[in-house]
Amino acid sequence: MSENTRTIKNAVCTFCGCVCDDMELTVDLDEHRITKAKNACILGRSWFSEHVIEDRPIAAIGGKEVSFEEAVEESAQILTKAKFPIIYGLSEASVEAQREAVAIADYMRGSIDSTSSVCHGPTGMAFQGVGESTTTLGEVKNRADLVIFWGCNPAEAHPRLFTRYAVTTKGMFIPRGKKDRTVVLVDPRKTASAPVANIHIRPKPATDFEMIWALRALIKGKKVNASIEKVTGVPLETLQDLAERMKNCNFGVVFFGMGLTMGRGRYFNTGALFSMVTDLNEYTHFVVKPARGHGNVTGADQVLTWQTGYPFGVNFNLGYPRFNPGEFTAVDNLARDGADAAMFIASDPASNFPKAAVEQMKRIPVISLDTRRSVTSELAYVVFSTSAWGLNEHGTAYRMDDIPITLRPAFESPYPSDVVILSAIKNRVFELNIDKRSIGMSARSDIGKATLHASM
Amino acid sequence: MSEKMILIPVRTTEQGTALNKGKLQEAYMLETSMVDVNTDDMERLGLQEGDKVRLSNEVGEVIVTCRGKKPDDLPQGLLAIPYGPPTTHLMDSETYGSGMPVSKHMEVVIEKVIV
Repeated sequence: MSENTRTIKNAVCTFCGCVCDDMELTVDLDEHRITKAKNACILGRSWFSEHVIEDRPIAAIGGKEVSFEEAVEESAQILTKAKFPIIYGLSEASVEAQREAVAIADYMRGSIDSTSSVCHGPTGMAFQGVGESTTTLGEVKNRADLVIFWGCNPAEAHPRLFTRYAVTTKGMFIPRGKKDRTVVLVDPRKTASAPVANIHIRPKPATDFEMIWALRALIKGKKVNASIEKVTGVPLETLQDLAERMKNCNFGVVFFGMGLTMGRGRYFNTGALFSMVTDLNEYTHFVVKPARGHGNVTGADQVLTWQTGYPFGVNFNLGYPRFNPGEFTAVDNLARDGADAAMFIASDPASNFPKAAVEQMKRIPVISLDTRRSVTSELAYVVFSTSAWGLNEHGTAYRMDDIPITLRPAFESPYPSDVVILSAIKNRVFELNIDKRSIGMSARSDIGKATLHASM
Repeated sequence: MSEKMILIPVRTTEQGTALNKGKLQEAYMLETSMVDVNTDDMERLGLQEGDKVRLSNEVGEVIVTCRGKKPDDLPQGLLAIPYGPPTTHLMDSETYGSGMPVSKHMEVVIEKVIV
C-alpha cells in the first residue's frame, strides 16, 4: 500500500439494497483501489476491495478492440435495425444511467426490462393489484417491535439490515434494540438468519400462500381447521400465536424475499401478504417491504415508473409505453425468439436466465455494458468496459425502501461510465430514428383522421 | 440410486463475496457448483461429502458437488444451491404471464455420478 491515500467519509455501498451510506473508505490513490472500508459488512468489504482497474479495452466488437465511437455507432445501428430489440439489466447502474436507457428504448421503439422481472417483479404486480402499506427503514429502526422476515435470508443477502435498521439497532421508541423487538423468521431452512429470530417457523416449501391465507382468517377471528398443519407443516397453535402477536404489536413489519416471488405462487404469494398487512391495519400499524438488492434495482423500478408509468417489462413498439409481464419481460422476450437484438446493462442474464433464453442470446447481436467480464460479456458482439458506479462515478441510487441516496465516488477510472456510453448511444439512435419517428407520427395522425371521417 | 427432490437456489455469503471477485473466477464457479443435501438423504442415497451428483429434470441436467447439511438445518427432500449458472440448465422458460420463471422449488432427480 502506498502512502498516497485519501479518506472518504459517508461513502455509499451499492452492493445490496441496503445502500448503506455510512462507509469510511481509505483509498490508495497510486494503486487506484480501496484498501479499507470501515463499517462495511462482509459483502460490502469484498465489493470495495475487489474492484480494481482491470486491463481491458474500453470497447470491442466481435472480440477486436475498437474505438469508443465505433462501438457507439455499431450499437446504435444494431438497435435501430432490429425490429424487436430489448434493453435489460439496470440494477447495478445509477438512476442517471437508467434514465438514458429508457430514452433509448423509446427512440428505438423496443422493450425495456430490469432485473426486477426475475427478482421482485411479482411484488410489483401485486403492488399494482393490492397496494402496499409502506414504510422507510428509519421508521422500522425507530418503531418496529415486531419484525418478520419471510422467505428471505438477510444474514447472507443484506447483512446490515439486522444491525443498522431492523433487529439489534436501538431506535427512538425501541431504546433497548433487540430486547424490545420480537423477531420472527419464516423459512423452511435453518439459515444463517435463524440465530437472530425469537421464533422460527418452518413451513413446507411452497406453502406460503396457504399459510398467509390461514393467518388472514385467524386475524379476522375466523376458525381455521387444524388440518392446516397437514398442508403447511405448521401447527395451528403456532399460526394462532403469530396472528395474535401481529394484531397486538405497536408497529409490525414484514420483510420478504425471493422465497415468495420465485416459486409457483409468484404474485399470488406477494398479493396475499400485502392483503394480510392491509388487514392488520384494522388493529395496529403494520407495514411490508420487499428485501431488495442488488444495488439500484429499486431505482430501476422508480425510473421506469416515473418515465413510462410502469415498473418493468415495458414496450414502445406502438410509440407509447405498454406494460405486459410475460410478453415484454426479458425471459419471455428472449426465450420465445422474439428479441432480435439486445443490450444488457450492468447485469449478467447469460448466467441466470433459463437455457432457452440464453440460447437466443447466442443467435442475436448482443451489446454488453459491464465493469467486469461476465458470461454475458463473453457472448456479446459489442462489449463496453465501464467504470464502477458508486466507486468511480457520481450519481443516485435508491435504497430498498425507495429512498434516494447520493453516491460519493472514491477514485477515478479510465473507463467511461454507463451514463456516458448510454448518452452517446441515445444521441445516435435518436439521429438514426428521426425519419422513422416522423413517418410513424404522420401515419398515426392519418389513422386518427380516418377514424374521424368514419365516425362522421 | 436416484430420487426426486425439490431444488431451491439460495443466497450464500461465499456466493456474494465471490461475485465481487468476478463471475469467471474460480471462487464463484466453485461456490455456485455446490449443492447442499440433508445428511440423512445423503446416507440413503449412498452419497459422501464432495461426491459429484447429477441433477436433472425435463429441461436439462447439470453436475454439481454434494455438500452435507445437518438434518436440523435443511429438511429432508430439499436441496439448496447457490444462485449461479448451473441452475439455468434446469430452469423452464415458461413464466405463465409473469416474467418470472419458476426458479425456486424446481423438481429435480438427484443421483450420484459414477466416475
